[in-house]
Amino acid sequence: MKPLFRTCPKSGLVLHRDAENLIKANAVAAVVFLAVGGLLGLLVALTRWPSVHLLDAQRFYQVLTGHGVVTLLVWVIFFEIAVLYFCSAVLLRCRLAAPKWGWTAFALMLGGAAIAAVAIVLGGSSVMMTSYVPMPASPLFYLGLILFAVGALIGCFIFLATLVVARDERTYEGSIPLVTFGALTACIIAIFTIASGAIILIPTFLWSVGYISEVDPLMYRVVWWAMGHSSQQINVAAHVSVWYAIAAIVFGARPMSEKVSRGAFVLYILFINLASAHHLLVDPGVGTEWKIFNTSYAMYLAVLASLVHGLTVPGSIEIAQRRKGLNRGLFEWLRKAPWGNPVFSGMFLSLVGFGFIGGISGVVMGVEQINFLVHNTLYVPGHFHGTVALGTTLAFMALSFWLVPILFRRELIWPGLARWQPWLFGVGTALQAFFLMGAGTLGVSRRHWDIAFTDALFDWAYSGLAYTMMALNGMSALMAVAGGLLFVLIMVGTILWGRPSGAPAEYKAERPATLMPAAPEARGHAGIGIGRLVAPGTFALAMFLLVIFVVYYVINYAYLASLWKIS
Amino acid sequence: MSSILPPAEKIWWKQPVDSVEMIWIGFALTWCLIMFFAMPLWHVYGEQNYSGEAYNVLPDQYQARVEQMVQAHTVRHESDQQIPVVRPPAGSDVYLLARLWQWYPILELQKGQTYRLHLSSLDWQHGFSLQPLNVNVQVLPGYDMVLTVTPTESGEFGLVCNEYCGIMHHTMLSKLYVVD
Repeated sequence: MKPLFRTCPKSGLVLHRDAENLIKANAVAAVVFLAVGGLLGLLVALTRWPSVHLLDAQRFYQVLTGHGVVTLLVWVIFFEIAVLYFCSAVLLRCRLAAPKWGWTAFALMLGGAAIAAVAIVLGGSSVMMTSYVPMPASPLFYLGLILFAVGALIGCFIFLATLVVARDERTYEGSIPLVTFGALTACIIAIFTIASGAIILIPTFLWSVGYISEVDPLMYRVVWWAMGHSSQQINVAAHVSVWYAIAAIVFGARPMSEKVSRGAFVLYILFINLASAHHLLVDPGVGTEWKIFNTSYAMYLAVLASLVHGLTVPGSIEIAQRRKGLNRGLFEWLRKAPWGNPVFSGMFLSLVGFGFIGGISGVVMGVEQINFLVHNTLYVPGHFHGTVALGTTLAFMALSFWLVPILFRRELIWPGLARWQPWLFGVGTALQAFFLMGAGTLGVSRRHWDIAFTDALFDWAYSGLAYTMMALNGMSALMAVAGGLLFVLIMVGTILWGRPSGAPAEYKAERPATLMPAAPEARGHAGIGIGRLVAPGTFALAMFLLVIFVVYYVINYAYLASLWKIS
Repeated sequence: MSSILPPAEKIWWKQPVDSVEMIWIGFALTWCLIMFFAMPLWHVYGEQNYSGEAYNVLPDQYQARVEQMVQAHTVRHESDQQIPVVRPPAGSDVYLLARLWQWYPILELQKGQTYRLHLSSLDWQHGFSLQPLNVNVQVLPGYDMVLTVTPTESGEFGLVCNEYCGIMHHTMLSKLYVVD
């Protein structure tokens, strides 16, 4: 047997050659698509900035379709496949199962994304990412997405097979690590997502080429959103895993309790895929009970899971810091955290942004009746820029600052600028989310080329404040794009001309030493914290979030109560 | 580092839970249950709910119902295209139709009166967005959605299409009048 493993001298990670190559390939593809998607996003924001109004209508809808598909599907899923391979083969020190299939999956995803991109560029598929029937797109558009999904599905099965290999070959002792457990959660959600995508996109493809006469628009929405929303739940499970991983890497943090953190992931598996309903709350033809049960993930049990992670991730950092002696007051552990390290600052901004902006807005807009005020307004993109751009994308960027130098054995270029990258991107995106939600609250429609309604038979003017919000959104987008561009440049620069770190890689081991469990904690959590609370700072922050959550929720119901009577 | 290592105890669910976690789960779960029960309770005590009433309808059937209402209750015409303004009797079934790229007809309702407002599309999906109230619902072809509405204020309202419906989507704008 050829030796296929190397040990990274700095991080101590054991890397399997095939896994390493596949992680690199998927991560590079991800970053390239992020660059494309971000650029398209800039064009969208500049067009929706009323005094700039950059693109014409046709180009705008085309670019907006591209922005949605590339960022919400292609970028995140490529990166997630890399995360899945990392969390299985690398974290469990085992060989990646079926690397040839890994390359097949990669080729299918790349080919599929390229076909969908060609369909969008040719212009006959400006149907938005959601491609609601009966508005037709070119058959190539659906075909590209189907091929991409098939590739991603193969990637999921390789992840599962690798878990089996690791268990079979006993490359680790005990249970799988929490981060791998989270990745397994993401993988299970991904399989549900892709199955839903197949169930709706295959008939839609057949409809577009004329084999099926009609696809029911409501059925399309129910099933499409089981893919469209669930694909964003893959992101949640994946970026929460990344948070835990970064807490472990930067602070040596261990989960506050394995039971609670893993239990929260199990709640995701069981309930988070009910979110298709979030998009159908003001649709005809679906019943009230169905809406209430599904929009609340049964009884908000997936929200409970996120609230738990929101406590346990920073809580584990707080405990690790307090054990190192930063035990004074409520927030010494946080003040003295390594804010200049983009791996930490990116992760922490992602955590705070996802909770305060993406999380709260998502739950409030998903209340059946409050959705009247939100459906199809800019509030919706505001929310998901808070979750996907600020939460997922920033978490993945933070991980990349740590992982890319390890994989490519190069020093990060521009460390001084890298310190600022998470702040530029994070603050820019947070402001964008905020202003988009503001404009949406004032009624401004999403996916709309011209809120001045040029050439319409009638006129209607949104408030001046709404226009201001759109301009501020444009400016914030400039900041976010500067941060995104900086990330892409640092990554590409590091890979291409970063200083080689250490000796060339030697793949020496045929079989690495078995991965051993963490040592038990010497004295539990005794002697840290305040009173009986081991993580009082985190608890205070969590209660602060809950108070804002409750107040914002009540304000929305109160405004709703002032409207016309509807029944 | 144990988040990326196998847990110290293989039987991880036996690891003790810190009290800070238990307290937080208690608060969070309570809030989750409150939010859950708020939705059905609003159906009982709140006045802004969609009952879920909807029917299948063919586009030409729907168009015929709209025309019938237009012929019976048109009070005037507006705009270059002479779009009828319809003032249906209080309590009646009122039909609004969405098509590329127009709302048809213009409705004039009376404040404080209740109407059964029907919404459907003749072609693609559209979005009913009443401004500045900011009430938004989805309009689908093949589905007749019935909202029982009671306007509580008079005035001139903007009716925006907020579901992307093609290149002239931004011109799909109309009015809705509420008179005292």
